[in-house]
Amino acid sequence: MIELASAAVIIIGVLFILISAIGVVRLPDFYIRVSAITKAATLGVACIMVGVAIYFNDVDVALKASAIFVFLLITSPIAAHIIGRAAYEDGVPLWKKTAFDEFRDFREGKIGKKEDEKKKNKED
Amino acid sequence: MSWYYMVLLFALIVLSFSAVLVFIRIIIGPSLPDRVIAFDLIGTITIGMIAIYSLITGLTSYLDAAIILSLILFLGAVAFAYYMKKSHKPKK
Repeated sequence: MIELASAAVIIIGVLFILISAIGVVRLPDFYIRVSAITKAATLGVACIMVGVAIYFNDVDVALKASAIFVFLLITSPIAAHIIGRAAYEDGVPLWKKTAFDEFRDFREGKIGKKEDEKKKNKED
Repeated sequence: MSWYYMVLLFALIVLSFSAVLVFIRIIIGPSLPDRVIAFDLIGTITIGMIAIYSLITGLTSYLDAAIILSLILFLGAVAFAYYMKKSHKPKK
């Protein structure tokens, strides 16, 4: 029974990682690929770690598995954010069908300054 | 040769196939951040492989290597981002 539950969770996690790998190859844009990696791969490793903790049925192994999952859960979005920002400043092009580029507007001062002016007007 | 062993072998095969797919992106990736992100995903796949290998052998000591790998991956990604910020001037 323990083996059945562990095998089911592990298969689900492995399929999530496979979906993430297919997305890395097929998706058209760098920023969309970052989204595919950050979400699907982290969830897949989480499922695999749950399977490991179920099979060994021990407190030590459960602590190790949860440590791996927590480290990955904390560091993966931060790394994706930093790399995405560095890539935008480096000039990596967006997809041609991308409709909004709000970060460009923010850097040109179209978005942030207006909100600051609104706050100043409210304070006055 | 139980059925659980076969399931673990199947999981390892699928992980290897996804690693091959990510290597395709590393080869054809048009820019440096694409390759960095693909390398990050290969490290994540390696963590999963280590976990499943520790299930096959029954030795839980391999999970320590997975913990260290999940920390080193973050350092590598941040170092590459710092390198990209410092080496190229932004195009206008």
